[in-house]
Amino acid sequence: MSQQQVVVDRELWVETGSAEALAGYALVGPALFLILVLFILPAGAVLAIAATDWHLGAKTLSFIGTANFTSLLADRAFRAALFNTAAYVLMVVPSTLVLGLSLALLIESGKSLRAFYRAIHFLPFMTSLAAMAIVWEALLHPTIGLVNQVLAAVGLPTANWLRSETTVLPILAVIGTWQSLGLALVLFLAGLKAIPQELYDAAEIDGADGLLDRLQTVTLPSLAPVSLFVVIVVMLRAFATFDIVQILTKGGPDDASVMLLYALYRESFEYLRTGYGAAIAVIFLVIVIALAAIQTRVVNTRTSRS
Amino acid sequence: MVGVSVRGISKSFGSASILNGISLDICDGEFLTLLGPSGCGKSTLLRIIAGLEQQDCGTIEVAGIKVDHLRPKLRDVAMVFQSYALYPHLTVSENMALPLRMRRLSAWQRLPVIGALLPNVRSVCTEIKTEVARTAKALGIDHLLSRKPSQLSGGQRQRVAVGRAMVRHPAVFLMDEPLSNLDAKLRVQMRGEIKELHRRLGVTFVYVTHDQTEAMTMSDRVAVMLDGQVAQVASPRQIYACPADRRVAELIGAPKINLLEAAPRGEGLLAIAGSTLAVDNVLDFGDSVTVGIRPESLQFADRAGLNTLTGRLRYVEHVGADLFAYVDVPGSREPLVARLPVELASRLQSDQTLHLRVRCEQALLFSADGRRLSEGDGQVTPLRSYAE
Repeated sequence: MSQQQVVVDRELWVETGSAEALAGYALVGPALFLILVLFILPAGAVLAIAATDWHLGAKTLSFIGTANFTSLLADRAFRAALFNTAAYVLMVVPSTLVLGLSLALLIESGKSLRAFYRAIHFLPFMTSLAAMAIVWEALLHPTIGLVNQVLAAVGLPTANWLRSETTVLPILAVIGTWQSLGLALVLFLAGLKAIPQELYDAAEIDGADGLLDRLQTVTLPSLAPVSLFVVIVVMLRAFATFDIVQILTKGGPDDASVMLLYALYRESFEYLRTGYGAAIAVIFLVIVIALAAIQTRVVNTRTSRS
Repeated sequence: MVGVSVRGISKSFGSASILNGISLDICDGEFLTLLGPSGCGKSTLLRIIAGLEQQDCGTIEVAGIKVDHLRPKLRDVAMVFQSYALYPHLTVSENMALPLRMRRLSAWQRLPVIGALLPNVRSVCTEIKTEVARTAKALGIDHLLSRKPSQLSGGQRQRVAVGRAMVRHPAVFLMDEPLSNLDAKLRVQMRGEIKELHRRLGVTFVYVTHDQTEAMTMSDRVAVMLDGQVAQVASPRQIYACPADRRVAELIGAPKINLLEAAPRGEGLLAIAGSTLAVDNVLDFGDSVTVGIRPESLQFADRAGLNTLTGRLRYVEHVGADLFAYVDVPGSREPLVARLPVELASRLQSDQTLHLRVRCEQALLFSADGRRLSEGDGQVTPLRSYAE
């Protein structure tokens, strides 16, 4: 009787086991399909195309191995794009971090209009940068732009900001910082809210009651995880900058503002060298994945330590 | 000598008045507990003593010096917080060294690389290190010095917080519910350790808690705070046996004291819950009086009589050595609680009639306005004991 019971139980278990597995696959199926179609297959396709000399719309193509990559290394425009992107990231990330943190501290220390300040600084992040780029273009216009008119009015030298090799990249970095600032600000404000008041009280009793001491003892260490997150997000966004280059400079003058994604776009869709563009995409992907991996490692070691 | 002197402190936040003219003298070396329900202002008072909050009026003196306009770090007080408030990014030894570094090194000397090159910095740092090590050893946390707070248990964090306060030898320790984040067993152990620490250091402790057991077991004196005022300051024994008023009597003691409305019948008799209590004629009761009887002041009795209450047993709670009998008596909505010897358990059944004799020498009388009625110095019991 009891043995029979056991056998029945086992059969039931096996049956429900396989049914459960089937149901499981059925449930992850759609997601798996989408990931495959939307991410893995395109990435594979890009890798494959990068190894060919395919031109967009061409009926034939031939496999050329790593030739695209070797010619990329010798390509002056691509090297400029690589250098400009790095310089742009190095300008945007630190300034966003410092300005965002300073603004967050200022807003948090004030008593009134906090929501208002938060909102106006977050606005640039919410609006389309394409539209805002046109506003910036008007502001930076060499003769009728507000920037030059103000500078001239106070007797400072003016410049053709977007048409000069020396100023174009810093100006783009200013616009990029202006746009990322809101995000950094909101994240820092949330981080500041999460610092327990008792920690400030303890610091005050321990003697760390000056502004700098308090920053060093409580605020900055407590914000370290948030700062890291801000760096990751702003850095990835900066690496993927495309719209302001496309609208304001088209990479000019003389490739002084060409960046990785713009170079990719230009090769693929203006010169129609799809294989070459795919090679740039591969390099872009490798850089971004490497950065993300490094940062994840840093985050992990930090969180496991503290 | 006075350790901390609190004179007429008032504080309100917006329209909410938190403290109303608090005055309190805390002796040098005394362990004084501020006890009260949440929202009574005890933590605010502690924060005002520490300098973390500015009072609206009144003055604070620490060791005879007015500290009203001194910043917290200049007040010679140290504080242990409920959440311990350890700096999460610093190790235990860095946490404990911070108050000393802030006091003994200038901002320049504290700079990471440049600071170490300045004269004297190295010797001061060594000195600080030695003192931290000595304090850590005294607290039994010397093996934890290189750990981060997140790697410590609750009890260990508690000790580090105490160590950070101890290391600078303050005149006054302020503790804001330091044990409330610990589990019950550890709380009992830390209670003993803090008491022992107080004995060893011999400095003034001001301890805030809402837990009456902590207050009763650790304190030299307890200041009961109710609605922003000090209701009574006395030793734990006095607070329990001779509460100044009805609210104090209700706050202290678990289970709560039984309070019964009684009507004077003249001739020193009180009509209470269907029975009669014989009381002292000397006291002027007015129209009504409340009798407070602690659970242990009720004894099992075989029959009804003078000074004996009769009611229906609702249920029994066993707490090990004793049992608590909850008895419905006429004229009272809440059941009367009596602490009875556990041997009676077999004789008690729900819904049975139970007689309880009041141990008159321990009962308390309160007037209609909540004041305790007492003869003379407040030590003498207002009820006359009748030998049967």
